[in-house]
Amino acid sequence: MVDQLRGKSAIVGVGHAGFGEAPGLSAYDIMGQSALAALEDAGLKLGDVDGLFCTMMEDAMPVLMAAEYLGIQPRYVDGTMTGGSSFVNYLTSATLALQAGLCDVALICYGSNQRTASGRLVTASRLPPYEGPYSPRYPISAYAMAAARHMYEYGTTREQLADVAVAARAWARHNPEAFERGELTREDVLGARMVGDPLTTRDCCLVTDGGGAIVMVRADRAKDFPNAPVYVLGAAAASSHRQISQMHDFTVTAARESGSRAFAMAGVTAGDIDVVELYDAFTINTILFLEDLGFCAKGEGGAFVADGRIAPGGTLPVNTNGGGLSCVHPGMYGIFTVIEAARQIRGDAPGLQLDNVELALAHGNGGVLSSQVTAILGAASTV
Amino acid sequence: MPEVHGPDKIFQDGLAKGQINLQQCDDCERFIFFPRILCPHCKGSSLTWRSASGDGTVHTTTTVRRKPERGGDYNVCMVELAEGVRMMSRVDEISPDDVKIGLPVTAFVGDIDGVPSVLCKPAGS
Repeated sequence: MVDQLRGKSAIVGVGHAGFGEAPGLSAYDIMGQSALAALEDAGLKLGDVDGLFCTMMEDAMPVLMAAEYLGIQPRYVDGTMTGGSSFVNYLTSATLALQAGLCDVALICYGSNQRTASGRLVTASRLPPYEGPYSPRYPISAYAMAAARHMYEYGTTREQLADVAVAARAWARHNPEAFERGELTREDVLGARMVGDPLTTRDCCLVTDGGGAIVMVRADRAKDFPNAPVYVLGAAAASSHRQISQMHDFTVTAARESGSRAFAMAGVTAGDIDVVELYDAFTINTILFLEDLGFCAKGEGGAFVADGRIAPGGTLPVNTNGGGLSCVHPGMYGIFTVIEAARQIRGDAPGLQLDNVELALAHGNGGVLSSQVTAILGAASTV
Repeated sequence: MPEVHGPDKIFQDGLAKGQINLQQCDDCERFIFFPRILCPHCKGSSLTWRSASGDGTVHTTTTVRRKPERGGDYNVCMVELAEGVRMMSRVDEISPDDVKIGLPVTAFVGDIDGVPSVLCKPAGS
């Protein structure tokens, strides 16, 4: 059944707004600017949107707030909240809704002003009752404990973690849209302030403002728009827990399952992928996801990312915009994995554009390694 | 209507009396945590409360760095109890930097800001 959805929907517009700092704008202002940018990219107008897929860090009913703000009355909405993976997950629900005729133009959108609003993660989440009393710093303590366990079991080093941040920065230095573009060395990462052992401030994603949006239509009309369509070849979600204390194995994420199902649906393997966009909230994420998605064996992620192997000129291009570590991270980063993957396929990436990108992987992470969603996107040649 | 004492309340009432109680599934015999009305392993709904041994090991750990004027660094860890369940906790009596994965610990009911909570100390201390 899922094979029947392969290549049946396409991204025809992407947009973003408010990268870095957008003082004076609300989260919904930034969401709205992003939506307009994506629609302009697609040659469409807000009035054309009849399917809305959105969640925000604020509010209990953000998809309704977003529809109200945009002044639209969509026929179909999905506000499923799985954290930062939500926006990759919407590729599946938008494909289903488009294919079923529940909507004809799907808009996926997000915005946050967390940097100028507070300078820290804005979240409506409360700490779980059996974790709250110990005052873990949310979410870093969870990722720190995953990193510590990976180091214990596989000998992963702080230097290898640092090299993830160094590679992200090396990509960001070529990207005029990236928030942090100064030189960053392994020593800079290791010597930065320790916030939750073994992670320093430079092992952690940015806190920025920003928003992103994606416009999708059915594949049969995808060629009627200004840009080359980017097809959704495969998408799959998996979750393993909500609270970090319920994570069964701190070194294995549900990306193993989401990845294998997404690859199966797309009919391709990790070795076919030209560019990889991962949700790198912390440096350990990139290592875990490369292992769990099958780009290297479990436990070998540290060596796989070290010494520039995922940096420009390395063996596998990963997070070519600079990622959440150096480009943008407005509370939830997931939508930007899809946007950068789509732009690499279209050939209009803002930073280093790779040659002949036909297949890209976008991977979203939500909660504390809780929700994993993998999407395989492809150019027309791959459908 | 008589008040129902749900699993959370039974656990908290135990802590208030200095006891760490865990639910064991009558069907698959596995222990579970957090408290709930079903076994997440075999999905059985017949659970019996047992006293935990208190024996455990540190499964993974982190030091939360905090400025000295705000109270200084502290430990947050995952402790794996001998019964096979894991929970978040904190190892007391040693420096946060000395809390290592694999450290044998004894879980006990301590106090965090006036709330009875499961804490740990190095085994044998």
